[in-house]
Amino acid sequence: MPSWFASPDDASSRLHATGYLADAATATTAYLAGALEKPLLVEGPAGVGKTELAKAVARASGAGLVRLQCYEGLDEARALYEWNYKKQLLRIQASGDEGWDETHDDIFTDEFLLTRPLLTAIRRDEPTVLLIDEVDKTDVEVEGLLLEVLSDFQVTIPELGTVSATRRPFVVLTSNATRELSEAVKRRCLFLHLDYPDAEREREIVTSQVPGLTDKVATQLVEVVARLRELELKKAPSIAESVDWARTLIALEIGDLDEEAVRRTLGVVLKHSSDHDRAVKELRLAAAR
Amino acid sequence: MTLLDTHIGLVEALRSAGLSVSLAEGLDAIAALERIGWHDREVVRTAYAATLVKKQSQRVTFDAIFDLYYPRLVGEGVAGDPEGSGEEGEPAGAVRDNAAALTTFRGELAAALEAGDDQRVQDLAVEAMARFGAMPGRGPGLSSWSAYTALQRVTPQQLVDQLVAGLLGRGAHPDDAERLAGRRVGEFTRLVEADARRRLAEEKGPEHVADVVVRPTIDRLDFTSARRADLEEMRREIYPLARRLAVRLTKEQHARRRGALDFRRTVRASLATGGVPLETHHRPRRPHRTELVVLCDVSGSVANFAQFTLLLVYALRDQFHKVRAFTFVDQVHEVSHHFTPGGDVVEVMENLAASTAHAARWGRTNYGRAFTTFAEQHADALGPRTSLLVLGDARSNYSDLAVDTLRGLVGEARHAWWLNPEHTRHWGTGDSAARAYGEVVPMVECRNLTQLGEFVHDIL
Repeated sequence: MPSWFASPDDASSRLHATGYLADAATATTAYLAGALEKPLLVEGPAGVGKTELAKAVARASGAGLVRLQCYEGLDEARALYEWNYKKQLLRIQASGDEGWDETHDDIFTDEFLLTRPLLTAIRRDEPTVLLIDEVDKTDVEVEGLLLEVLSDFQVTIPELGTVSATRRPFVVLTSNATRELSEAVKRRCLFLHLDYPDAEREREIVTSQVPGLTDKVATQLVEVVARLRELELKKAPSIAESVDWARTLIALEIGDLDEEAVRRTLGVVLKHSSDHDRAVKELRLAAAR
Repeated sequence: MTLLDTHIGLVEALRSAGLSVSLAEGLDAIAALERIGWHDREVVRTAYAATLVKKQSQRVTFDAIFDLYYPRLVGEGVAGDPEGSGEEGEPAGAVRDNAAALTTFRGELAAALEAGDDQRVQDLAVEAMARFGAMPGRGPGLSSWSAYTALQRVTPQQLVDQLVAGLLGRGAHPDDAERLAGRRVGEFTRLVEADARRRLAEEKGPEHVADVVVRPTIDRLDFTSARRADLEEMRREIYPLARRLAVRLTKEQHARRRGALDFRRTVRASLATGGVPLETHHRPRRPHRTELVVLCDVSGSVANFAQFTLLLVYALRDQFHKVRAFTFVDQVHEVSHHFTPGGDVVEVMENLAASTAHAARWGRTNYGRAFTTFAEQHADALGPRTSLLVLGDARSNYSDLAVDTLRGLVGEARHAWWLNPEHTRHWGTGDSAARAYGEVVPMVECRNLTQLGEFVHDIL
């Protein structure tokens, strides 16, 4: 049985090679998800690299990525499969004097099946990473659809029978926890909570993502961001936002993140005006805007 | 104890702490442990967490229980001094614990805290328990460990000032230094407490300690029994809670969106299908938004509870048509103007706290007088479209209850509720007038964030 990663350390180093700096818990859990062939449910605040983890796993193992973006109102026809009824109509019209029995058997074949992400991922022969993004955005009924896929890696199509995975995909589900997922889904998954990283790791992430950044600015930036996360803000700055901030500093050619520079570019990380005011007050920046 | 026993014990303890760990998940954990080595305790912890804990709010509970069943070290570990690892029950504590030792220890601790050396602080926490936390028993097996005793001797809180001075010397800003010092000393205290639990678990068996150490998760913690750190954590929970509620409400409103049949549109659409109305069209429903009047007791006993409810109402402000808030102890004071849209939470709470002074003239809770003054001064606040929400424990210091005035107020409003942060079994005991008021207005028990969230969801 082909394994995704050989060991937690292997997972860590291979993810690192693709530019995703995983902490010990993330690497271990990713390894376990591959070794046990269980779906991985990743939860955490926005912008901490949940989706990125799935992409990194795909890159690290050379697998194809199949993505199902969830939204309110997502249904079976767009998640699993659909019959191409227009083509079926044409087939019926073209059959002419053929009997109903032959036509009936004919129009429910592979040729008329439109596969959607979940079925695609299961039917692929190559290694596949299946990313089910923002699963908390869907309605509760869709979770029911997922159950068969997540536990047995198979899809039952009434007309065709059961399609089983020839090769189990590496499934990653991401959630922002706006809604509690059902116990049934959670039971089938491994769980990983991603949180804001510690200062050291965040500095590594920022410097690896933004090459031109000097060590000094990176350290200052990470310090300010860590301080901001401690404040009671409506939206704490995410990793993605600190990377954006680093890029901004490069673009503005700011070589020293002093109070003036922080004040001028704070809008990159804080998106609420009340958060902005609070940060200015707490960081003791000059209040003038 | 075999490894399997330990595993079963851990799963049992997690279940009794309220985590729903299924048999399948337990098997998953074992399968996961087979794949990884036992060389690193943190890896084992991660494997357990990934397979057994499916909710982040339960992680704290899990960590506490994991530490009991898979302790960081046994006894003094390899780092402990060899003389110290004597038989239990032997009065070694008295020998090791003397003034000189204490002074040296506190010096070392201060240095480690100032340098921020986590590993050293951890070692010192273990040492603190070994030296100062032992409670020799009268017989073998009766000796015990007390984090309280150890902390009383070491008094890390007194090191804060010293630590602040040290950090200032390193060029830190005064506020930052204080914050940092407070956090590091808090961390040390936590480590000492954890080590005490570890030692107790080692001597008495983890299953005896598990029941005691596990605190309810933050969303099930009573408002009235919360510590200061808990309160801060709870405040951080308010916004996510409000967001979750808002999402849930929008979804439910969408589900109920179809209103009465729109005849014109249905007929018009039927023209395309030769006059057969294949699809019906409906008018969207008009969203119903309530006006809310919150009347809350801000006296000491229930201040926390009032704060949280106000905060949640404030966070959900756009779900209401209009919100008016009044605080009282014995006088009624309007605080609606503090709830500015897009305002900063911390500032709002500070303003509210500052305005509490206006709500008290005599400083003793008096519900009767509060209702009477409210009816006199702010009767215009209530109308046929408003909902009245009273927050308080209904402990009125045996004063006149003015039940009839409240009945009048309730009659004017469209709906009325009373949220009581006390457990139902305490209602009507002592000076609580919960039963008397409960006859006039439906009284709801609301002790923690979960109950609060449920209630707010139901009234919207």
